[in-house]
Amino acid sequence: MSAEAQASVERPPVVKKGWTRARTIGVVLLTIWAALGLAVLGFMINAWDPDIFTRYAPRYLSGLWITVQLVVVSVFLGALLSVPIALGRSSKNKLIGALAYAYVYFFRGTPLLAQTFLVYYGLGSFRPELQAVGLWTFFREAWYCAVFAFTLNTAAYQAEILRGAIESVGKGQWEAAAAMGLSRFQTARKIILPQALIVALRPYGNEIILMIKGSAIVAIITVYDLMGETRRAYARTFDFQTYIWAAIIYLGLVEILRNAVDWIERRITKHLKR
Amino acid sequence: MERVWTLLSFGPEGWGDDIAKGVLLTVSLALATLPLGLAIGFFVALGKRSSDKTLRLAANIYTTIFRGLPELLTLFLVFYGAQIGLQQIVRLVNPGASVEINAFVAGMIALGAVFSSYASEVFLAAFRAIPEGQYEGGHAIGLSNAQTMRLIILPQLIRLALPGLSNLWLILLKDTALVSVIGLADILRQTGIAARVTKEAFLFFGIACLLYLVLAMLSSIVLRTIENWTKRHGVQR
Amino acid sequence: MRISRRIALALPAAALALAVGSAHAQDMMKLKIGTEGAYPPFNNLTADGSLEGFDIDIAKALCEEMKAECEFVTQDWDGIIPALQAGKFDAIVASMSITEERKKQVDFTNKYYNTPPALVVPKESDIAGTTPEDLAGKVIGAQGSTTHANFAETTFTDSDVKVYPTAEEYKLDMVNGRLDAVIDDIIVLQEFLDSDDGACCKVLGTLTPREDIYGPGIGIAVRQGEDELREKLNAAITAIRENGKYKEINDKYFTFDAYGD
Repeated sequence: MSAEAQASVERPPVVKKGWTRARTIGVVLLTIWAALGLAVLGFMINAWDPDIFTRYAPRYLSGLWITVQLVVVSVFLGALLSVPIALGRSSKNKLIGALAYAYVYFFRGTPLLAQTFLVYYGLGSFRPELQAVGLWTFFREAWYCAVFAFTLNTAAYQAEILRGAIESVGKGQWEAAAAMGLSRFQTARKIILPQALIVALRPYGNEIILMIKGSAIVAIITVYDLMGETRRAYARTFDFQTYIWAAIIYLGLVEILRNAVDWIERRITKHLKR
Repeated sequence: MERVWTLLSFGPEGWGDDIAKGVLLTVSLALATLPLGLAIGFFVALGKRSSDKTLRLAANIYTTIFRGLPELLTLFLVFYGAQIGLQQIVRLVNPGASVEINAFVAGMIALGAVFSSYASEVFLAAFRAIPEGQYEGGHAIGLSNAQTMRLIILPQLIRLALPGLSNLWLILLKDTALVSVIGLADILRQTGIAARVTKEAFLFFGIACLLYLVLAMLSSIVLRTIENWTKRHGVQR
Repeated sequence: MRISRRIALALPAAALALAVGSAHAQDMMKLKIGTEGAYPPFNNLTADGSLEGFDIDIAKALCEEMKAECEFVTQDWDGIIPALQAGKFDAIVASMSITEERKKQVDFTNKYYNTPPALVVPKESDIAGTTPEDLAGKVIGAQGSTTHANFAETTFTDSDVKVYPTAEEYKLDMVNGRLDAVIDDIIVLQEFLDSDDGACCKVLGTLTPREDIYGPGIGIAVRQGEDELREKLNAAITAIRENGKYKEINDKYFTFDAYGD
């Protein structure tokens, strides 16, 4: 440390009380947020049009429903697919391990949008081949293409969550269970999984939130999800409040889910608190 | 096969040069967003750690919004909304003036906002991992708050936050693909145009995916080098 | 034309004034023109990245007529009106129909062309006519945020209307076989049919445009209240119609007068 710096500071700083600099900054920032909030609110009131609302509110609801369906179906199918991938990742067989690793690396390393395009337009150009094997009816629909792409994507992330959670449970637990005469399957079901799921709960919650947000891109491949309906409403009205409504709905959805995960976590970790 | 090489060549009939420009744009957008996101993320983390309730609230509102909105929507809100809002403010002062947020800056702001709200969580976790005694020790040897932060906390913080930030960088790299929707000529837009014009969608979107993979791999190599370097540094102390 | 002559007179003066200051240089109007660049043959990007098409040539002719220095900006279609309002450019020359909905947001010049919409179907299609009954249960593709999409959604209520970000994408999906029909301007579709990829398909028929959706034709959009610019553009449209420049451009692309009646 230089001599100069030493000379300028001799005492430890006093802990300030009352109106601190942090409070000033906090109040200023809160004022900015409040001003922004009021500006948006003012804009919404100004732009309020009962016609637009009655015309588009049902469409937003149907879009929201599509978004929810898409996320639920993809996350569920992805969860099923993630089990063999996670097992493959921890497999002792080098080839299986490498394949599972490549799968995870590919889907986590490329944008979901690019994957969706690859499935929708890319596979779409193999119509004769797909028709020959009877898969065209599946890939013809944008909705199925989206579910397909999202499932493959989320399976890669979920496999990593699952693997991490299982590895977080100590090896000693397996050994202890084996010593007690439990089979590997019994150990997994009764001892490892319950503990792993506590660890995995939060990452799973985050993954669902990421899927909700990521699903907004299906609007680009002609699926009318919440974002798709928003863009359609905007295209017809040229009214920016359409986007603000979408923002409010997405924020609400994500916040509800986040609080639900918090609540569940508090419930299931009660026994861990001292 | 020969057709494929022609399509990917750098000549007038090939799309190689267009796609190369796209790669350049993707990389420069991600690199331009990084310092912005890191700086904001750091200050938001400081705000969240503050003993002051108002500051904590302001910081939490920020992360709630940008972690809750779809990135695509954030991008639209910045690209159109902020532009309209800013325009109105400027018009209040000077009716004739016009401001312009170009797509690159809009992308930078939107991606930076998303990046920083996640980065703030990483920083916050790293802050929590540094024991209180480090601050007290800093004060005990006569350092001011700012000096303690700069000389004692930050070096440890960077080491602790690096794995989380590396992960966010890889996410950022992928999120840049969304700017193709607001018209920036990035990898995905350029390959998309090539796919539409040549009707070789699988080839070009496949190439887009490969390019992102290559970028991710290169990033991993660089990040691992940095991580090892900071670790070695840590041991020496 | 009165305005342009005055500008023409001002030009040498401006050149002189450049040495001392640029007060007069402002008379040389600078105009940023927004267009889409994905709607051949009206406006599209070539392989080397430059713009071409009917809209582009018309815009250049208008700029020349107004003695304005023009610069083109490409912008995706669904964001083109907000971008105009946001000041990213001053006028939209991108085959935009003059509609009541859009008039609430922007002002339009008079029309500069007007061509009917049409339906294109695969060659082996079993669709017999262009009525809503004929198309019931079919999948129709259109570009999003367009009058065509709007028309399809309100007319073919029993069909599944899918919208795409650009015309190129519905063409791709038509070739891929996901669509039973596409709706767009007859000229745009004809261009598609004439290309290699258009071999799949044929014109089913043109449609009678509904005035309440399609409006009086294709105009140039400017920000609301920019009456001076709008009037200048109107005058320039009239001028190129009269001096033969319009016909010259028209004949380069079409075998009939795109202006309509």
